[in-house]
Amino acid sequence: MYGPGQHDAEALRPYHDSVPGDLARTLIVIPALNEESSVGIVVESVRRVLPDVQCLVVDDGSKDRTGDRAAEAGAWVATLPFNLGVGGAMRLGFKVARARGFDRVVQVDADGQHPVDQLPALIAGLDDADIVIGARFAGVGDYDARGPRRWAMRLLAWALSRVCRTTLTDATSGFRACGPRAVEVFADNYPAEYLGDTIEALVIAAKSNCRVRQVPVEMSARIAGAPSQNAVRSTLYLGRVAIALVFAILKPTPRPGGALA
Amino acid sequence: MNLVTQIFTIAASALTIALVIALMRRGRLRERHAIWWLLAGTLALVISIFPGILAAAAIALGVSVEANLVFFASIAILVLVCIQHSSELTRLEGEVRSLSEQIAMLDLDRRLAAAEAAAPEQSGDRDGYDHR
Repeated sequence: MYGPGQHDAEALRPYHDSVPGDLARTLIVIPALNEESSVGIVVESVRRVLPDVQCLVVDDGSKDRTGDRAAEAGAWVATLPFNLGVGGAMRLGFKVARARGFDRVVQVDADGQHPVDQLPALIAGLDDADIVIGARFAGVGDYDARGPRRWAMRLLAWALSRVCRTTLTDATSGFRACGPRAVEVFADNYPAEYLGDTIEALVIAAKSNCRVRQVPVEMSARIAGAPSQNAVRSTLYLGRVAIALVFAILKPTPRPGGALA
Repeated sequence: MNLVTQIFTIAASALTIALVIALMRRGRLRERHAIWWLLAGTLALVISIFPGILAAAAIALGVSVEANLVFFASIAILVLVCIQHSSELTRLEGEVRSLSEQIAMLDLDRRLAAAEAAAPEQSGDRDGYDHR
């Protein structure tokens, strides 16, 4: 649960009004795979919004200079020897957070898709929740998806809303903040499988009695690169979503402290 | 089954067993993986020497063509071994993943320690990441 906030009144700046607790114990984790053109911009913009917050870029086996760019922008860089996927990168992020005494973890994508100016709102949401998801389609922004991908998102939203006993419209959003309870659960049990990071993570959290809620955010277009969108891939995605959902719900409840991997 | 066929099948199963044992002795095959192949080889050897066992088993199980029982048993063993391998592979992937996480954490520790040593009062911000 939440420890007492360690506010230092003199050190607080205006933007901290909406941010509870101690930002010094919040770690921004940015999983990055071959994002040398945008990762530096993302780190810099996070530091512009929240100057005191620590960024950790998890270089997930990039072949380009992602790690260098992130370090130049002032982030800590943890380099994985090969690609583990977003789930594997986030699991490392949670482990680093716990090892270094951070009790809040906020995930931000390295491609610049996430609106970092809404980080304070996301973190403020941790006041009455253990996981806060920054959701598209929640009445804000113009992000849209069609066909099987949209059905997959609908299916996920419906199933995970039931599992988490709250309304989730965009469960696959990677823009999320985790409070102390969730960080503790995830440092041991964060699923590293494909899609596990979004789907199974929420199921694990719900089974561990974490409170989940969403806040609406506006997603910007990617700074660089294009999202993969075609009919075959989207249909495959729908299938994998369904399978991941079923297995996530069937898996035994993780015990605190016991790694599943 | 004529004598030539019988000698051929006995030789084949004996060779398989010899190969598995040789690999085990040299440490190229662990017991837990070898046990299936030893079982299969021994079964094949016994049936090659005493074909009557196969005929009796086929009748007992209601299999009208003896060869089909052989195929069924062979495929069943292969399927079980494949499942075991998939499970081992999953375990290995998990171990490799944990190792890579540990390496990344140690590497981060090293960089941060180097950065702290370089600038003690400005700790944690500028890190020791070496710009290659």
